Amino acid sequence: MSRRVVITGIGVLAPNGNGIRDFELALRKGLSGIRVNEKMVEHGFGSHVAGVPQGVDEIAKSYFSDDLLLAMNSGHRCGAIAGVDAWVDAGFERPDPDDDRVDWDTGAVLGTGIGGMDTIASRVVPLTDAKKVRRMGSTAVEQVMSSGVSARLSGILALGNQVTTNSSACSTGSEAISMGVERIRRGLAERMLCGGVEGASHYIWAGFDAMRVLCRRFNDAPESASRPMSATAAGFVPSAGAGVLMLESLESAQERGARIYAEVAGSAINCGGHRAGGSMTAPNPEGVSRCIQAALADAQIAPAEVGAINGHLTATGADPKEVRSWAKALGCAPGDLPPITSTKSMIGHALGAAGGIESVACVLMLNGGFVHPSINCEDVHPEIEPYAASIPHVALEKPELQVVVKAGFGFGDVNACLVFRKWNE
Amino acid sequence: MEKSEIFEKVVKILTPYVKSQEALEGVSPETHILDDLKVNSARLVDVVLEFEDAFDIEIDDDDVDKVETVGNAVELIEAKIG
Repeated sequence: MSRRVVITGIGVLAPNGNGIRDFELALRKGLSGIRVNEKMVEHGFGSHVAGVPQGVDEIAKSYFSDDLLLAMNSGHRCGAIAGVDAWVDAGFERPDPDDDRVDWDTGAVLGTGIGGMDTIASRVVPLTDAKKVRRMGSTAVEQVMSSGVSARLSGILALGNQVTTNSSACSTGSEAISMGVERIRRGLAERMLCGGVEGASHYIWAGFDAMRVLCRRFNDAPESASRPMSATAAGFVPSAGAGVLMLESLESAQERGARIYAEVAGSAINCGGHRAGGSMTAPNPEGVSRCIQAALADAQIAPAEVGAINGHLTATGADPKEVRSWAKALGCAPGDLPPITSTKSMIGHALGAAGGIESVACVLMLNGGFVHPSINCEDVHPEIEPYAASIPHVALEKPELQVVVKAGFGFGDVNACLVFRKWNE
Repeated sequence: MEKSEIFEKVVKILTPYVKSQEALEGVSPETHILDDLKVNSARLVDVVLEFEDAFDIEIDDDDVDKVETVGNAVELIEAKIG
């Protein structure tokens, strides 16, 4: 049994815009959400810039009761807001907490790359070391358990199908969507809320700063700091947020007359095995190409049908390799590569949330008939120069856009690729 | 400290944990913290920590087990303050 899977709801919190309308506007304008981060400055980080969605605590206060908020760290807040938004956008009402009915046909795969590091660092470690374990209270476990973020959402929405959290570093959000698609295709669920979540915390970003993979050269020009595909790219900019899609079987969506944004036509997940140039921190290029090809084969879409690429493209030394992998996977001569763009140029790298937020960008592009710009790469990297004509520096109006391919690659040499197709009534 | 003052402070501390705002409006010493106010039982741990901070006392686990109503909490705190 293999069923078609469509997208009927969207929730997004991104550094350059919260909610569908503001995020799409920011994408079309090429608006950067990167700012100086005072915590990073104060704690002596090499990098001083990050992307943090604005006003999350205020939104959370308007959405959730005080007793829930007491047990919701940064990631929980982002994930729960985006999850509720996707639910409501799909045409459902938030259930009353006293209503004992459970929606057995809807589940969630809400992934996170790092998880509740802010809770671990600010409460669990200091209180344990000070021999004040008792002072931790009751809310530490649910905020540091990896599945906390999906568990939180299931409690708010009374979800009764599979509810879990996946984690595969920076491909987490894309992998979550792929997992949800598989479950619906097999007939095990009608709807799955899927995507990625990452909290905003300097504790999450510290290890990356220590690895010297964060951008340090643009501390005085935050909006220019995230520079995928640029000759002056100097590392990625860490960020936070959440992107959640309501995935739904076509039958269910049509039966209830739901608005359909787009279809997830295919997906693939693999690992490069840390061989042939792959490692804990770098992708095996063959793994990348195979993953993209497998996703297209799953979607039964020919490479020539791909209208735009939303790359992983983080602004590290891996960008040129990635662009070449795309060309190889699609069998394109350099001049024939479809438009290739990096959402991270505007929002930074939201780690486990990246695939979720960037998939939202893909769906909005298909639905709105445009390709968003990849900013901060006017000086294209010399190794990417042959592909320069494929990089949009301003938004491209493309009403004919039919297929957008999204890939995410993560530490551990893991890859995930999604093929989104425009929904034609 | 007057009993009424302790009562007011206890209710204020309980307020963010309370699921039933209607029950809070008619709160009395007989009001049951879990059954009437619908406080999540796991959160009693946090409520007790806040009692300790607010009244500068220590409440051991055996004492906590005896607290069922708002009045029980007020009496326990009054005894601890001495």
